[in-house]
Amino acid sequence: MMDFNLVQIISTILLMLLGIAVGAQIAPIMSWAERRQCAIIQRRIGPNRVGIFKFRIFGLGQPIADAIKLLFKEDFVPPYVHKAFYVMAPVIPVVTGLAVTVAIPWGSFVLFNEQIISLQAVNLNSGFLLIFALSSLAVYGVTLAGWSSNNKYSLLGGLRASAQMISYEVAMGLSIIPLVFIWGTLDLQLMITKQADVLWGFIPNWGIIHAPISFIVFIVTIFAETNRLPFDLAESEGELVAGFLTEYGAMRWSLFFLGEYSMMFVMCVLTVSLFFGGYELPWITQSYLLEVLTPQFGEVLTRWFLLPLGIVVLLAKVILLMWIFIQVRFTIPRFRYDQLMKLGWVYLLPIALINLIISAIVTAIVKFH
Amino acid sequence: MEQSVSYIGMHPYLPLLLILIFGLVLGLGVSGMSLLLGPKKPNTRKLEVYECGLPVTSSAEQRFSIKFYLTAILFILFDIETIFMYLWSTAFDYLGWFGIVEVGIFIATLTVGYIYVLRRGALRWD
Repeated sequence: MMDFNLVQIISTILLMLLGIAVGAQIAPIMSWAERRQCAIIQRRIGPNRVGIFKFRIFGLGQPIADAIKLLFKEDFVPPYVHKAFYVMAPVIPVVTGLAVTVAIPWGSFVLFNEQIISLQAVNLNSGFLLIFALSSLAVYGVTLAGWSSNNKYSLLGGLRASAQMISYEVAMGLSIIPLVFIWGTLDLQLMITKQADVLWGFIPNWGIIHAPISFIVFIVTIFAETNRLPFDLAESEGELVAGFLTEYGAMRWSLFFLGEYSMMFVMCVLTVSLFFGGYELPWITQSYLLEVLTPQFGEVLTRWFLLPLGIVVLLAKVILLMWIFIQVRFTIPRFRYDQLMKLGWVYLLPIALINLIISAIVTAIVKFH
Repeated sequence: MEQSVSYIGMHPYLPLLLILIFGLVLGLGVSGMSLLLGPKKPNTRKLEVYECGLPVTSSAEQRFSIKFYLTAILFILFDIETIFMYLWSTAFDYLGWFGIVEVGIFIATLTVGYIYVLRRGALRWD
């Protein structure tokens, strides 16, 4: 029998709300950051006018104004589309994009009322495979949007996008396997705890030190999975108008981006948790802080103090990674479609396989001898 | 175990179900709000299929390249093999060298298939 435990339920719901809040807010903030960064690269000024009342705050009011504008646009369902699929298609990326946020590890655990509250809303024994499972469902949104629009550009864009997303998923899955057997777990929190140590006295024991090739393959596949430049063949404006988004407008159009940015955020969280030590500060680990601070404040208070610290550290790392995403978007030109497929199948897949075998042998020598 | 402690409050999959429902409501609700707030001004030009302003010549539901089917089939083949390797990697310490040799044989078989696909030009897109 399962105990009915109110503290656990409330804490899970609060963690879910935190994930939803961050996941849904990342789209407007990123759209602003992207436009500003683009303007800086292209030596323009970018959106810097819209503020709140008299405060301009670097144009941060722009996303709010955009959202209001989109809400008052005409909700237009063309007569020739397949209505049910056309309406449902933008919802699928939102659902999957928000659902993956439950797997974000915000910290190890806190104590409340002498109970352990894990700071991961959903902690399954399949670990981060949940993120993969949900992120691959986003393909359905793109494919259905392309097909149901009944437009040649949409169909081509949708087909291209779905072929691209499934092609890179193979390399993505294979590239992460070395980390699973190096740390010996699928649980993100356990992985992060193991990455908190220091290697050879000065380097943080991060996943990127153990599996650098995995990191390179994984980061490339993330760009392809989230349909970001240089792999945004799905909506290549030059040839396909807007790809699968051609027949979409108003809020439905922006829902695709809400889902995409949320997914991108979670993928960045996953990268940080797998390769860069997640919520742990490099060198100053949480267990060390716990040891130092417990005699003065007690364990309960110290863990509550570590909670915001962990979240800030995690978000700082993620923001840095997402800034690199923006940088790449405006510096690397778009791939051609055959180049994209060749990169995925002919280069990344064999590289991931060879990396897997070599890491397995090296890890076995280190672990078993 | 620490993990089982965190399961006391809820079934582990319940939050997932809740958030899926939440996403569904949010997605449909937000697009529904646009339906309520936005104007409604249809005209004949707007109701046409967008084809760069030219008259529509044919339906979009035509045959498309077989390459896409092929990619889907290959994806299923390779993705299932990825799942097998996840199972092995979680039992890495337990299986030891035996597991590595077995997976090596498995990957070798996979490579033969991969080279065949590559030689037959299934992955050539130009």
